[in-house]
Amino acid sequence: MHSDLKQYCLQLADNSLIHGHRLSEWCGHGPILEVDMALSNIALDNIGAARSIYAFLAEQEGEGKTEDYYPYTRDVREFLNVLLVELPNGDFADTMAKCLFFDAYQFYFYTALKQCNDSTLAAIAEKSLKEVTYHLRFSSEWVIRLGDGTEESKENMQRAISNFWEYTGELFQPSAIETSLQKTLQLPDLNLIRDQWMEKISEVLQEATLSFPLSSEKGWFQQGGKTGIHSEHLGFILADLQFMQRAYPNSEW
Amino acid sequence: MVTIPAHIAAILEQVFDPEVPVLSILDLGIVRSVEDRDGQLKIIITPTYSGCPAMQTIATMIRLELSTHGFQHIIIEEQLSPAWTTDWMTESGKRKLQEYGIAPPQYSTKNNPTNYLEVVVPCPQCSSSHTELISQFGSTSCKALYRCLDCKEPFDYFKCH
Repeated sequence: MHSDLKQYCLQLADNSLIHGHRLSEWCGHGPILEVDMALSNIALDNIGAARSIYAFLAEQEGEGKTEDYYPYTRDVREFLNVLLVELPNGDFADTMAKCLFFDAYQFYFYTALKQCNDSTLAAIAEKSLKEVTYHLRFSSEWVIRLGDGTEESKENMQRAISNFWEYTGELFQPSAIETSLQKTLQLPDLNLIRDQWMEKISEVLQEATLSFPLSSEKGWFQQGGKTGIHSEHLGFILADLQFMQRAYPNSEW
Repeated sequence: MVTIPAHIAAILEQVFDPEVPVLSILDLGIVRSVEDRDGQLKIIITPTYSGCPAMQTIATMIRLELSTHGFQHIIIEEQLSPAWTTDWMTESGKRKLQEYGIAPPQYSTKNNPTNYLEVVVPCPQCSSSHTELISQFGSTSCKALYRCLDCKEPFDYFKCH
């Protein structure tokens, strides 16, 4: 397997895995039972999508690797997810802001990825897009409900949107791998996706009666995740995620 | 549509979805093809949702059921595209869901309504159309949670997907 394609697959899978893992932390802690179930369902869809990609990688690479090799045995610097998904959940408004940004990105990204030249990635995109449609609906509705809610919920929602904003730019900043593969594989053009994404986000935030654009809109964006330079938070996620396989290598149950 | 050799279909009819045990895997439409070459079987299945935790169990159940009927060489493969849709659910499957207390999918995904909130989902208990959505995500990914405003019962809706 071409090493660029491998890295590209890891970017996609790591995004879904880490986002899914973060959402799974809500299980048993949701503000109401229905939200608890919804977040667990969304976590499961993301982890499922990650599994499909890891399984594809394992099949391509051979050497006795399985889908478990990638999430359980790589260290922080080998993970290629964007910083946005590894940030702590914060309160419910924070999580919904993070979800809105990421769900909208995934929605347009998968829509475009469906047309790519790699049949496995296109199939995964086709499958995931149907699910992300629900995720985006869920996060948009909550951002609107909290934004256009009470004084307190509005204040929290506005704060959450502002807090995560600086982590959104990285989604659309192509890594060297994305640039090198884009033409040959007909991968999504991140510039186009940014325009679609921006339109959706401003539509939702407007309906939520939140201030947008933010004053920091054209400002500086955090980046590094796509090349393995992470915040301190990812290490803690991996400590939790990988503990069993590190302590008892190859254990099964 | 998928055509499955009758002698195999009769066996697969006996494999039920572990999460909705009234539906066979054929009712659900997740068996995409079956090839029988002199007793060597190749079966292709597709997951309902990416994270469906039942897929492994279903594959094991298929293997068990077929092996009790004498089949020894069974290959089961998962395929993601075309992505599963509730349009593949059989009419008898929809009826069984209804009788089990889960509202079946209400329309074909080919005519997706523009606003999902306008979809009327009749209550599987009292048939009233006077119902409301509580949450888009129910006890599993494939279901949404509704409430009947007449008989007051909450119920699951197998959402169109």
